[in-house]
Amino acid sequence: MIIAKIIGTVVASQKDERLEGKKLLIVRPINLDGSETSGYVVAVDTVGAGFHERVLVVAGSSARLAQNMKDVPVDAAVVGVIDTVDIMAPEK
Amino acid sequence: MQLARVIGTVVATVKNDSLQNRKLLVVQSLNKDLEPQGKPLVAVDAAGAGVGELVFWCRGKEASFPFKREDTPTDCTIIGIVDSDSHVCCG
Repeated sequence: MIIAKIIGTVVASQKDERLEGKKLLIVRPINLDGSETSGYVVAVDTVGAGFHERVLVVAGSSARLAQNMKDVPVDAAVVGVIDTVDIMAPEK
Repeated sequence: MQLARVIGTVVATVKNDSLQNRKLLVVQSLNKDLEPQGKPLVAVDAAGAGVGELVFWCRGKEASFPFKREDTPTDCTIIGIVDSDSHVCCG
């Protein structure tokens, strides 16, 4: 899973019927220090995440395994809203 | 599967129900000389690993196999703990 920040939303009226009712978010992967990387991913929201929140994004076929996502054609899903990330100090 | 060092923890109170009670750890992948390689990822723990330990992890859909395989959305899971750094031998 990657850590990402929500930077926008997508509205698509015409889409696969299994995506109906699902919120689409634009997320940008971020580094552990919070700095943003380039690029973005459109991910389906499964937790009710909001703008600018740090979230966990699962990619690939595993994205379908989230609750309420069975057989939904997605390859990226937001599965958690991050409270804190603790990183140990580098050795030496 | 890849070797990695557990370098941190992630706390997420609001998460998909299928990830409830799962421990989330930050792993840094390593090359054969145990030097950091690539970007850190967030992994679900299936082996009881802790921060600082050398582990190996599995990517892709297979990452959900240690759990209820049709119900756990993870693409990165820690599936084993290496006994010590000296147990990694490259000929």
